[in-house]
Amino acid sequence: MNLLDLSGTLLFIAFIVYLVATLFFGGAIKHTQKDVSTSNKKWGTIAIYITVLGFISNLGYFITRWIYSGHAPISNMFEFSTAFGMFIVGAFILIYFIYRVPSLGVFALPVAIIIIAFASMFPREVSPLIPALKSYWLTIHVITTVIGEAILAISAFAGLVLLLKHVNMKVRSKERFWLEGVMYTLVIVIGFVLATSIFSMAKYEAEFTYVDKEKNAATIVYTMPALFGMNDHKLLTEDRMEPLVDMPPIVNAKKLTTVAWSFIFGTLLYLLLRLILRKPLAEKLQPLVKNANSQLMDEIGYRAVLIGFPVFTLGALIFAMIWAQEAWSRFWGWDPKEVWALITWLFYAAFLHLRLSKGWEGKKSAWLAVIGFAIIMFNFVAVNLIIAGLHSYAG
Amino acid sequence: MANIVCECGHINPIGTHLCAKCGRPLSEEEKSKKIADMRYDGTAIRSKTYKKTFIDHIWNFFSSVKVGVSLIIITLVMAALGTFLPQVMYVSVPLGMTEADVYEEKYGLFGKLYYTLGFSDIYSSPWFQIIVGMLAISIIIASFDRGIPLYKSLKNQRVRRHESFMKRQRIYGEEAMDEVQAAEVFDKAQEKMKALKYKVRREEDVLLAEKGRFARWGPYINHIGLIIFILGVMLRLMPGFYLDKTMWIREGETAAIPGIEGYYIHNNKFIFETYGDSDEKVEASQKAADAINSKAKNYQTDVTLYSDKVDGKSLAGNTDDLEKIKDYSIQVNKPLKYDGFALYQMDFRQNELKSMKFDLVNKKEGKSLGQITVNLDDPAKKYEISKDIYIELKSYYADFSGFEEGVPQSASPIPNNPAFIFTMFTPEVPKGETSFVAIKQTLEPLGTTKYQMKFNSVETRNASNFTVRQDKTLPLLLIGGIIFMIGVTISSYFSHRRIWLQYTKDGRLLLASHVNKNWFGMKKDLDSIVSYAKLPPYIDQVDEDNKKKELDNKEDGDNT
Repeated sequence: MNLLDLSGTLLFIAFIVYLVATLFFGGAIKHTQKDVSTSNKKWGTIAIYITVLGFISNLGYFITRWIYSGHAPISNMFEFSTAFGMFIVGAFILIYFIYRVPSLGVFALPVAIIIIAFASMFPREVSPLIPALKSYWLTIHVITTVIGEAILAISAFAGLVLLLKHVNMKVRSKERFWLEGVMYTLVIVIGFVLATSIFSMAKYEAEFTYVDKEKNAATIVYTMPALFGMNDHKLLTEDRMEPLVDMPPIVNAKKLTTVAWSFIFGTLLYLLLRLILRKPLAEKLQPLVKNANSQLMDEIGYRAVLIGFPVFTLGALIFAMIWAQEAWSRFWGWDPKEVWALITWLFYAAFLHLRLSKGWEGKKSAWLAVIGFAIIMFNFVAVNLIIAGLHSYAG
Repeated sequence: MANIVCECGHINPIGTHLCAKCGRPLSEEEKSKKIADMRYDGTAIRSKTYKKTFIDHIWNFFSSVKVGVSLIIITLVMAALGTFLPQVMYVSVPLGMTEADVYEEKYGLFGKLYYTLGFSDIYSSPWFQIIVGMLAISIIIASFDRGIPLYKSLKNQRVRRHESFMKRQRIYGEEAMDEVQAAEVFDKAQEKMKALKYKVRREEDVLLAEKGRFARWGPYINHIGLIIFILGVMLRLMPGFYLDKTMWIREGETAAIPGIEGYYIHNNKFIFETYGDSDEKVEASQKAADAINSKAKNYQTDVTLYSDKVDGKSLAGNTDDLEKIKDYSIQVNKPLKYDGFALYQMDFRQNELKSMKFDLVNKKEGKSLGQITVNLDDPAKKYEISKDIYIELKSYYADFSGFEEGVPQSASPIPNNPAFIFTMFTPEVPKGETSFVAIKQTLEPLGTTKYQMKFNSVETRNASNFTVRQDKTLPLLLIGGIIFMIGVTISSYFSHRRIWLQYTKDGRLLLASHVNKNWFGMKKDLDSIVSYAKLPPYIDQVDEDNKKKELDNKEDGDNT
């Protein structure tokens, strides 16, 4: 067993342990409802120690992969996403030891699990660094940024707990719609994982030639049945589906196909869940947060932003600028990734200023925290995969 | 304007909400509240007090938190709009096309609209800059508006507060006890507070414990940092502060560094490595290995930096007498830095033609009369093989792009596709015969020739592209960034905690507490002091309110 295999195994163990820990946190909350005895504390304690074990295993993955590849494992989509999931758990552990609220765990851990599952859909090979990434700033800038984002994410989970507690799911409202929308989005990510796993298990591959936007001939291999075809495409592999819709050259039809399949699988899964549960998912989760202390949740939401904001500023703006000056000769170049880091920063700056005004506590603030997380995820997924720029190393 | 005289006799400026001395509510708005509004400690804020003159309006506009947040959001939205399509600086425009054409061709109608509306260059648009400028003004004015009164108020803080002030704090508790007991509680509380690093001021029957007042200055410090940063960015627009040039230099060449007087750079060698060149460990699968082997590993130019300032005196343009400063390998992420400027490896051209060798050949016999070498950067006019065998180079086209009205054209001075018009003088044809020679093409425009220039071989070399950068604003930006980080760290990780104790004449011990943020941490401190010193139990009046509200809601729910 070499270091890379060990690393993979440790990640898998962490993944399973997080699943178990989630169940224990659920148990901790259930017990809180019945009686405020010592048993709930016990469940919470067991749950957090299991989480810490998982986190140690996860760190083990990180360190062994680092040693094997010779550079910090944050250089492609798989590595970066995994690190994000890992640090979300880390940030949750930190917040748990300050506030000791198990209800946060039932959101933080599943989101971390989904992100790690999402990560493992991308190529896992260790690849050496291109010249632009060869700098110790890669380690400093990316790790600081990811930790900052992970802490900021905790604010969104506290927000979700607060919203689930206070949004009336029995009455039609905008809030109910959007809260269920958040749940649906999470299911879509699971849809992506499902679609990718199923088609890769079936070893689906279809090769096409096409003409790219610079008018050069190129080939592309689809790993899912082509719903959308590249510009002027021609199918090379036999017995494979012809694309249903043709796309102009500026659209990457392969990625669009992946997105479409994720929505198809995700929506089917969502409908299935609705059919089984006979309730909106958000409503089903409500009992879990019934006894959460709103005042405390509001404070955790605010505090997580307070703790995360300086870390994010340091990593995503200041270290980023120092590195950009070294690598690209200018500290700022309005590259999409840079701009979205600035947008994230501006958004949380606005959040912090709004907290100074009256009436921005509670639900409003919780929604802002959820939107903040959406911006982080957009920068992380969409800007990497859709908007091409200097940071698109992920492919 | 009239000042407000509090019941305690203290004269407060107009607009004060809480008396600076005793803390009694002064404004009608404040009196109506159950819990005191402790923002800026109830001092008179200029923007909330004066609302008459034009200057007042301007001041109030920029000092408003709402306006500040709106400006942040507008900046955010404009920044996001600019990421839909690449900005003009990242779009290469082919010859004969305009930027608008490129956007339309690549992105269709949306691209055309995007360009026309100016989104394609939004960050240098006056709109964007005006918004950022307004944001800067807002930061400055809001800081003065709130920071100064807050500073004054906290500096002149009294220990004794009126009972109404205590009662209207979010955290409040009271308990009846006799004098002896109260004195003991005060002593023990003071002891515990000191152990928790509070600064304690005690005056007979009142006590104020305070910790982390500096946390209140955090926002103002980070705003100063931001302003310094923005000033730094503006300074780059002034001439002399910022230099952005680019240069191409071939292997073996020495060239003056553009924009940096007195410095020269010599390109010794350009190196391009892929991972296939080395024997680093690669993945098992062949496909992955291939991909990795062709992956770029290093772009490097070995250079020598020279100065013409021998002994501090400039030799102005004299390249023979250069003083070597140092050898350096410029790589991506490793620029050459010297004397405030830096050279960055940005691009390269490999295998650029350097010189071509031709044989002068008799077409019939195929016999060579001799060989010449043409330097493509600086070709000679005449190449002599012997006295009566020589070649004249009539014309040279470095980057031959075809004929226009029978005249050969060159697209650029870079020898991408060299073409020549040679006149060959031989004993057989002493008056010379002319031939047009290009790669894979020979024309004889003035009639068939007996001799030809036969291509023999070519010598190539590499060229490197550097960005030359001098940015004198960097130290200012760094200072701004550091000050910002100090401020934001102070305000995020520390909180200003205060605890008031009072023993009233009618024998009650009052406890009140306030913190600007992190109530959870405050309560932890309080709990340990309360249990140690046996202080009265306290309640969080906001929390209690919420619980009541929740109960009310539930009842409402049942009714419907």
